[in-house]
Amino acid sequence: MEVIVAEVAHLKKSFDNISVLNDINIKINKGENLVVFGKSGSGKSVLIKCLVGLIEADDGNVILFGKNIADLTSDELNSVRKKVGFLFQSAALYDSITVRENLEFPLRGFKSKSKEEIDILVIEALKNVGLEDAIDKIPSQLSGGMRKRVGLARTLILKPEIILYDEPTTGLDPITSKEISNLILEVQKKYNTSSVIITHDVECARITANRMVIIKNGVCFAEGTFKELSESKDEWVRSFFT
Amino acid sequence: MELASIENNNFKSLKGFFNEVARLTRFTSRFFKEAIKPPYEISTIVKQSYSLGYKSFPLVAITGFIMGLVLTIQSRPTLADFGAVSWLPAMVAISIIREIGPVIAALIFAGKVGSGIGAELASMKETEQIDAMEVSGINPFKYLVVTRIVSATLMLPVLVIAADAISLYGAYIGCNLQGDVNFHLFFLQVFQKLAFSDIFPAFIKTFFFGFFVGLIGCYKGYYANKGTEGVGAAANSAVVIASLAVFILDMIAVQITSMFN
Repeated sequence: MEVIVAEVAHLKKSFDNISVLNDINIKINKGENLVVFGKSGSGKSVLIKCLVGLIEADDGNVILFGKNIADLTSDELNSVRKKVGFLFQSAALYDSITVRENLEFPLRGFKSKSKEEIDILVIEALKNVGLEDAIDKIPSQLSGGMRKRVGLARTLILKPEIILYDEPTTGLDPITSKEISNLILEVQKKYNTSSVIITHDVECARITANRMVIIKNGVCFAEGTFKELSESKDEWVRSFFT
Repeated sequence: MELASIENNNFKSLKGFFNEVARLTRFTSRFFKEAIKPPYEISTIVKQSYSLGYKSFPLVAITGFIMGLVLTIQSRPTLADFGAVSWLPAMVAISIIREIGPVIAALIFAGKVGSGIGAELASMKETEQIDAMEVSGINPFKYLVVTRIVSATLMLPVLVIAADAISLYGAYIGCNLQGDVNFHLFFLQVFQKLAFSDIFPAFIKTFFFGFFVGLIGCYKGYYANKGTEGVGAAANSAVVIASLAVFILDMIAVQITSMFN
């Protein structure tokens, strides 16, 4: 039986009376990569920001690990968030500190960890993304692909059960995009994480998706595997894959 | 029709003003709530104090020196007309310690630190760094806002003491440019005329200046929007509002001091 780690039910969100999400219903199973596809401006990023409580939904429920995040206090929400990793579109590295300090930063909340334990975790996370040599660099010395990798390493350091990827391959060349997509797959296999991948990169979806959802007009318009959707009878759905 | 449109716009801007005041009030109360709640980010406060205080020292020192020198040179002819040149050290010292030192240092601080904090936080918001902190379970308000406001509150009084001292030295040099005053005699005259009631209120108000410079810088940066344009706007409005706040606070401080005197 599949274990549901996150669920979005009847989610609605609008900005300045413009409705972005009308009625989104999604379930994320343990160990699954769910790709959310859709046109630019269709509300994909808003969806994952609602999922982690960065944006408050107007209506509907977001349930993470069986807890409705709207009912949680800020301390409870923070402890749930430690089980959720988020790779931002821009990687969102703290630009005034080194890669090492960036990776150490999420561990601030774990006072029980010694300096040696933290060092081991940092090096392990960087090895996972193949960037152990960049440990003492500052983010401005890194390329776009390297920044994404460091962002992923920072996400992995807390050993999250769910990872949310916001456009992980946007702005990267096809080779680096493929490397990042393969890295997402490796992370899923190695840590058995569940992932929600927001993208409009077909190649990234093809490599990473176990299941896909396509958003149109603020609702889940189509759902299925990459193969099912790419062979869909609906011309609009099929147009994403051609 | 046109009148209705003007009235509508006025109402909107009035509503916007009150919304802004309400949000700033909430921001301030959140600061106090978060500041007293452990864990305390002591190492970050120390780091910020170095960044906000120590790095502002050269600018404040140069300004203080020039201020003392110029004030002395400009005051001398008027005092000479009344045959009161011997009053020059005391008069300049009282002006500097009571008013000019704290206000000028606070304005320099608002220009350098207020804009810096505003731009830094706005840029962090724009590049999703604040969101990244939040999703990793770190309280960005505590880490970014509380530490900066506390550091600004603690550092400005230290800078003002330094600015006052350097300014008095500038005044001593100013006295000697057109006259001959012994160093010991100059400072003897200064401290003979300075009373506790000159120094204490002036020192206390600098904590408030520092607090508001930090608060407004953080507030403007934390709520910045409109992308990169918002970064510039946050820095700009942080300086303008913080400078205005310094003058308003100074006016209030003078009224309160006068009441007690």
